Amino acid sequence: MKKLNPLKFLVYAAAFFTIAVVVYIIGYILYKGAPQIVTEISNYMQGEYSLFDYKYSSKNVSLVPSVINTLIMIVISLGISTVLGVSTAIYLVEYAKTGNKFVEIIRITSETLSGIPSIIYGLFGMIFFVTYVGLGFSLISGILTVAIMILPLIIRSTEEALKAVPMSYREASFGLGAAKLRTIWVIILPSAMNGVLAGIILAIGRVIGETAALLYTSGTTTQVATNFMESGGRTLSVHMYMLTSEGTHFEQAYATAAILLLVVVLINALSYVLAKRLTKGR
Amino acid sequence: MDNKIKFEMKDVNLYYGDFHALKNVNLAVPEKEITAFIGPSGCGKSTLLKSLNRMNDLVEGCKITGDFLLDGEDIYDKRMDINKLRKRVGMVFQKPNPFPMSIYDNIAYGPRTHGIKNKTELDGIVEEALKNAAIWDECKDRLKKSALGMSGGQQQRLCIARALAVQPEILLMDEPTSALDPISTSKIEDLAIELKEKYTIVIVTHNMQQATRISDQTAFFLLGEVVEMNQTEKLFSMPQDKRTEDYITGRFG
Repeated sequence: MKKLNPLKFLVYAAAFFTIAVVVYIIGYILYKGAPQIVTEISNYMQGEYSLFDYKYSSKNVSLVPSVINTLIMIVISLGISTVLGVSTAIYLVEYAKTGNKFVEIIRITSETLSGIPSIIYGLFGMIFFVTYVGLGFSLISGILTVAIMILPLIIRSTEEALKAVPMSYREASFGLGAAKLRTIWVIILPSAMNGVLAGIILAIGRVIGETAALLYTSGTTTQVATNFMESGGRTLSVHMYMLTSEGTHFEQAYATAAILLLVVVLINALSYVLAKRLTKGR
Repeated sequence: MDNKIKFEMKDVNLYYGDFHALKNVNLAVPEKEITAFIGPSGCGKSTLLKSLNRMNDLVEGCKITGDFLLDGEDIYDKRMDINKLRKRVGMVFQKPNPFPMSIYDNIAYGPRTHGIKNKTELDGIVEEALKNAAIWDECKDRLKKSALGMSGGQQQRLCIARALAVQPEILLMDEPTSALDPISTSKIEDLAIELKEKYTIVIVTHNMQQATRISDQTAFFLLGEVVEMNQTEKLFSMPQDKRTEDYITGRFG
């Protein structure tokens, strides 16, 4: 028998362990959640209390309102931080001169932002958006809080993507008499689109998974936040957290977790398809 | 020199930070001729070329003094619109640098930048530019395909077509064949000779044979100075300066 190199063994073991953990987590959630999802679907068909009822009640502990809240939250918070984050990154890479003090400050600030625990964001969101600005426990308070949380992610990934665009594209464009804004808009940003989208996907993951920062800002109420400026509402993760901590609906919590996984996979797939379409012909 | 002067440089000095890259350069580029800049690496020939369409503005710490007169107008004047200048003075770079778009969009980018939206008009410009750059026959069936799928030589001719599409008066070429094989090189040289019918061309080259083959005037640069400028034939057959002679006979460089 061939002698096994101990270092190689260690590397393989580590790789196997990583994969095993992921498979175990997903497998366990699906094993526990999937049967419950089937039950809930059949309940829904038969008009009994179901997790998929449109309106929440303490009998059905429906997750539908929280799915809708989650989607609203993703769309609006991403809208805010993509505009801010991409603009900041464009400034940092394309406009700021090297060695600019202001640039250093922006970099340090955004790096610090990304290292802050989410519960602190929650506290800040509560003190600032909920109380000081007076938005109250509302979806918008939560949206603004997570928008700040994901800003550094988007700035960082966009910055890296812009830096990776070859200098020769810029030269070629300027050489044809194109102004800076047009060069950025038509040449540089499309070339960097993959990197920008990678950041956005990470950010979506962060928003979906967030609980701590939302408990204090958009709260845990169970309705659809039809008017997100005023009414609060829980997201899917918060819903799951509440189900688990209330301790009476474990089966439904697992089903919710499975749905959560599904939503993450779907959104990632969608972003991937979008990225492919946007960069077609390149 | 039979033709009128298109571009004139007077007492040009250029600094990158503390480095004095061009020293008291005086040069005249005649219209509708090919002017070649030759000289060893780091002698300032590319630097001067990049000053002609103000690409050096992109370099931090670059300071330029002296006059650059394009048809008698100073291009470093405050009133000069830099984008209009670059439309008039096109550039082809050392390495082919097509945009990651279709062949058509590459060519149409320039005209669109300068406000041409009409589809038929654009089609016409694209076709003419590609024909002028002698690449139309090779790519007319795949205009919608990515330009990155072309060979290096084709890409470089595409870049020339792209530069021609904005109808410049002057074409600056910065060692346009240094990354190409001999066959592509000869195609681009033939093209340059054809193009001088309509355009004034300034070409930087490391290849002295190339300068003798295509250029009408040659300027020899050394350590940031123009040592000698003359009609190409004369410069290569009877150089006036000892340093020029040493360089063209291959004693250094």
